[in-house]
Amino acid sequence: MSQSTRILLKSPKFLFGLIVTLLMIALVVFYPLINRGDPFEMKALAFQPPGAGLPLGSDNFGRDLFLELVYGIRTSVMVGLVAGVCATAIGLAIGLASGYIGGLADNILTAVTNMFIVIPSFIILILISVSINSRSSLIVALIIGLTSWPWTARAVRAQTTSLRNRDHVNIAKISGHGTARIIAFEILPYIASYVVMAFILQVASGILAEASISMLGLGPYNTISLGIIMNWALIFEAPVAGAWWAFIPAAFAIAVITFSLYMMNTGMDEIFNPKIRS
Amino acid sequence: MNAYTKYFVKKTAWYLVTLLIALLLNFLLPRLIEGNPVSAIASQVTQGMTDSDSIKKVYENFMREFGVDKPLYVQFGIYLRHLFTGDLGTSFGLYPRKVSDILASAVPWTVGLQLPAILVGWILGNVLGAVAAYRRGVFDKVLFPAALFVNSIPFFTLAIILLYLLGITLKWFPISGGYDFQMVPHFGLDFIGSVIRHHTLPFLSIVLVAIGGQAIGMREMSLYELNADYVLYSKLLGIRDSRVARYVFKNAMLPQITGLALSIGTMVGGSLICEIVFSYPGIGTWLFTAIRQLDYPLISGCTLLIAMTVLLANFTIEIIYGIVDPRIKAAQMEEN
Repeated sequence: MSQSTRILLKSPKFLFGLIVTLLMIALVVFYPLINRGDPFEMKALAFQPPGAGLPLGSDNFGRDLFLELVYGIRTSVMVGLVAGVCATAIGLAIGLASGYIGGLADNILTAVTNMFIVIPSFIILILISVSINSRSSLIVALIIGLTSWPWTARAVRAQTTSLRNRDHVNIAKISGHGTARIIAFEILPYIASYVVMAFILQVASGILAEASISMLGLGPYNTISLGIIMNWALIFEAPVAGAWWAFIPAAFAIAVITFSLYMMNTGMDEIFNPKIRS
Repeated sequence: MNAYTKYFVKKTAWYLVTLLIALLLNFLLPRLIEGNPVSAIASQVTQGMTDSDSIKKVYENFMREFGVDKPLYVQFGIYLRHLFTGDLGTSFGLYPRKVSDILASAVPWTVGLQLPAILVGWILGNVLGAVAAYRRGVFDKVLFPAALFVNSIPFFTLAIILLYLLGITLKWFPISGGYDFQMVPHFGLDFIGSVIRHHTLPFLSIVLVAIGGQAIGMREMSLYELNADYVLYSKLLGIRDSRVARYVFKNAMLPQITGLALSIGTMVGGSLICEIVFSYPGIGTWLFTAIRQLDYPLISGCTLLIAMTVLLANFTIEIIYGIVDPRIKAAQMEEN
């Protein structure tokens, strides 16, 4: 593992993605400590352009947009991480069980996975969000995680199935090790890099899903996320007012975060899939 | 019963079960709203209504729509029976319009926006991706990160940026609606021109992202193929490069064609947010309105329509691939 980490840090794409992501995280962790203001506080008139005291101007409520953006990035990244952990964990568990146990359990799990691949997850996301009246950002993150695991499950199953009959697994079986131990020591290490990559993609798609659902007006309540900033900007017609600072920075922030995550993913792909290594 | 018939029957059965699950989710989830859904929704819907007749109508409507006095499975049966007759209920927000009528008026707008965008994006993206893989070098170094960045920009981000730059700052194109609202739809040059002008910005914001996504996929597939053993072997045999390239791109195209079929399947639900940004009169804008008005029949009509088109597209692909894809054919033979 330490060896692959060292190779990874030599990949410019992975490094770029990692550094940008870490910078983003540093910004949202440290800026609120410097500026202890409340992002919900109204400080100025509506749609003031960027200037002294308001680095990114104000929104329709006259709130400090830069502060909102920082909190928005924080919420969006948190939602993405929780959704990513949730989706990867479910996908991994189902994929491993399905691929390793085989037989009837495999058939049932595969059928369920395929069903949820075919039924669009965004639709389930909408239906659940409509049914829940008080949504916190944690609830939204969990719903996103619960609806986005099938792809991971399918891929993990495929890899586990191909690993199941390898020599080292059979030796472990003959030695009388338990199923849990075999999965942990003989299977997981071989798919670890793939799982990390899947997790990175799940985080990115979680951030996008939150933004989409918030734009539709089904986002979390009483909090600020990037999607919610965009939603306000649309509802209060910031574009028509010419207030580019009310939506372009938020849109750009989403793009930068997801782009850096994709770059990390591509960098890992080039290293762990020697076929496309240039 | 030959192998293909068996495959066909199996797939059909599986998709019917999936459809049933999708319908069940669509039926059950909105009914899970805490407390008594009927009074909860009806009181929200009737807020601000003063006309007691229409309030009563809303309540009666809910009673009939939800049939809350009956057990759930009976309600589900009624729901299915209504579906079979094409009855998706009545909209609350636009009472007494039928949900099915609203959807029917919205679908042509969504398809008219998405279909050309998907096709153009697919063709251009594939060409760019193939060239990037084949040429590598500078073209690849510049184009690939650019495509990746465009692709990681969410649809709606690009839509909002285009709306601001081309619509508001430069005033080149109108920024909302499907046509000039002062016009009455008719078949005249001025009306068609208005439709095309309103179509431009949402179209561009979908097409650019589609090009990026396609280019990345095609580049990856082509790289895998270019590194395949048969390419090296052909080169050793002295087969001309142009000919090898033909084989490579033919093989790389296969998954891309599946991708095209799938994106045509997700067409109806694929541009929801983009439509909202431009208030384009398609499914997305109706769904947005329905969510803001808590118009449950219309929300579930939209979600049902989107889910069903995706299912239908997937089913069609599997049935056709069962005939044309030799790998699936082999699997069918093995099972017998």
